[in-house]
Amino acid sequence: MLGKLNHAAQWLSTPLLPEDYLGLLDPLWSAEELRGRVEGVCPETADAATLVIRPSRGWRAHRPGQWVRIGVDIQGRRHWRTYSLSSPPERPDGCFTITVKAIPDGLVSTHLARRTAPGTIVRLAGPEGEFVVPEPPPPRPLFLTAGSGITPVMAILSGLLPGDTAHPTWPPGQEPPDVVLVHSAPTPQDVIFGARLRHLAARSPYLRLHERHTRSAGRLSPADLAGLCPDWAQRSVWACGPAAMLDEVAAHWTGPADRLCVERFRPAVLASGEAGGRVRFTRSGREADAGGATPLLTVGEDAGVLMPSGCRMGICHSCVGRLRSGRVRDLRTGQVHGEAGDLIQTCVSAAAGPIEIEL
Amino acid sequence: MPAPSHLTRAEVEEFGRELDRIRDEVLAGLGEQDARYIRGVIATQRKLEMSGRVLLFASWLPPAWAAGTAALATAKILENMEIGHNVLHGQWDWMRDPKIHSTTWEWDSACPADLWKHSHNFVHHTWTNVLGKDRDIGYSALRISPEQQWHPVYLAQPLYNILLALFFEYGIAIYDLELERIPSGQKSLKEALAQLRAIAGKVQRQIVKDYVAFPLLAGPAFLPVLLGNLTANLARNVWAHTIIFCGHFPEGAEFFTEDRLQDETRGEWYLRQLLGSCNIDGSRLFHIMSGNLSHQIEHHLFPDLPSNRYAEIAPRVRALCERFGLAYTSDSLARQAGSVWKRVLRLALPGPGPQPTAATSPARKLKAVA
Repeated sequence: MLGKLNHAAQWLSTPLLPEDYLGLLDPLWSAEELRGRVEGVCPETADAATLVIRPSRGWRAHRPGQWVRIGVDIQGRRHWRTYSLSSPPERPDGCFTITVKAIPDGLVSTHLARRTAPGTIVRLAGPEGEFVVPEPPPPRPLFLTAGSGITPVMAILSGLLPGDTAHPTWPPGQEPPDVVLVHSAPTPQDVIFGARLRHLAARSPYLRLHERHTRSAGRLSPADLAGLCPDWAQRSVWACGPAAMLDEVAAHWTGPADRLCVERFRPAVLASGEAGGRVRFTRSGREADAGGATPLLTVGEDAGVLMPSGCRMGICHSCVGRLRSGRVRDLRTGQVHGEAGDLIQTCVSAAAGPIEIEL
Repeated sequence: MPAPSHLTRAEVEEFGRELDRIRDEVLAGLGEQDARYIRGVIATQRKLEMSGRVLLFASWLPPAWAAGTAALATAKILENMEIGHNVLHGQWDWMRDPKIHSTTWEWDSACPADLWKHSHNFVHHTWTNVLGKDRDIGYSALRISPEQQWHPVYLAQPLYNILLALFFEYGIAIYDLELERIPSGQKSLKEALAQLRAIAGKVQRQIVKDYVAFPLLAGPAFLPVLLGNLTANLARNVWAHTIIFCGHFPEGAEFFTEDRLQDETRGEWYLRQLLGSCNIDGSRLFHIMSGNLSHQIEHHLFPDLPSNRYAEIAPRVRALCERFGLAYTSDSLARQAGSVWKRVLRLALPGPGPQPTAATSPARKLKAVA
């Protein structure tokens, strides 16, 4: 019915859409473009803040642990990034949260964590990601996190633990969960959600929390981990944090591969002094000279091409474009690859000679 | 190509570098305020259009009819000129907003955006005022330059020009089909038919919207609403035609021959854009209503710079022209429009003078104003 009405109304709004006019009253009425309004900003630590965002209609609830793509206008330009959803799905107020840590020189993270006011409209793309806990959850999960790696785990914990009541009832025949969280941060004050985590651990018999304050105690090593959680190789592990930590965990993992789930939130990019080439974006008819170490995504954005983008680190595949000719270099491995027709991740690929890409 | 008599090649290139500097400065400074400007214009245009249509529903009151029609005409002018024309030039692509982007925008004009972007952005802006290359010279219907061979058909061109003004959007759509390139095989009939279908699709939707749907919704006010919409469309067409003709055809605008394109450098390209374009003086509101095509010179030098920046760079471009002793043609709307009409009337008749040969063609002489 609404669809038919909208279709009929397009005869009145042509060449625009009815929502282009309705959006003047409330930007969240948009159905064609997923949007969100920042309803509140709560500081978490000195450099991290949680943004409460009300999505427009068309938003589907996320699974705890997933991330969202968010488009933010800074100095008139749109920038897309991915952030883990830090709230459990289906909050009573219909909002979700992301928790952003301002990283030094991080344009978008700094803007979101420090300079975003309630009322700001952002663009969204539906929740995605495989960093989720299956249903039913495994009885003995271990979460290994560092820094803002805690954010997806915060969303997962709320679903795993039966509230923070002192004596919850547990369905008969089902083993109560035994959750371990090992989290690293420079100091106690730097622990995002520190107070909530400590409160949760104090009240719930099912959660064991180990905080590692790396400025005084140094970085957590796999040997430390065996001390903190001797049965860690028998557990199902979810790890989220800096690349070095994740690589170390993966290297020392002795359990089955499908029981270790890893989420990266920084690109692991190799520096490269290789030659680039002329890039032709066939659909938009733009051309630009690209360096051998510059992601095609950046090249396109600078040339005014409407580049799809997301995580900007090679995991979400939002930025792919079809290669028409030429070869590209994977900036993570240095490997040169590509045949006509391949889908190329523009955020981690650079031109290796002249190329044409269907964007 | 021959440089203007008083400028050396090096000076022409220096002129070009100075313009590049202006361009780079503007590009580096684009930001929040510019984004707010275009979003503000778009929101204003949409509100104005809605107000106009609502007022027209009450058009049994004569003042409501007049106000509604005026609001709608203003909205349609803004939509075509300050918004549509400039968005389709890619002036706002830097914002990376798919809702305000040259590759996604469609406008309230009979000519589909893709077709227009080719004929306007590419053909006209690349070969501005070059006879035989820039099809916008006279729009295939008028004799605008003495170098165009006279033919008795041009005797009626004042009439064609009035008709073109009234039905400008349709004239442009047909003109953009480049039908004259079909017999020679430069363009396939199939391609032209596909484009014609796209135009017909757009025209159908426009006609249903303005002359069927909104009048029907108005019930008893069917006829006044239809007439209001018709008046708004005609006003928009005449206004667009006037502004656009004042951009390249008044006295002072120069035409060039094809040999000028040979080995044209960046500096020479800038020079041709400058000498082929004319500005119109006016208030800030006038500039906005003309889509900032009143800054035709700045627009032709920098077609993809956001239009809200033309006013601020105009004094710098003008000063640069003075420094290099180059003409910077600018005058009031009345004078420029009068000058265009004088040309249309004069060139309806043969002449002036013997057809110039290539060597003495005034088009090749670049006039200097010291």
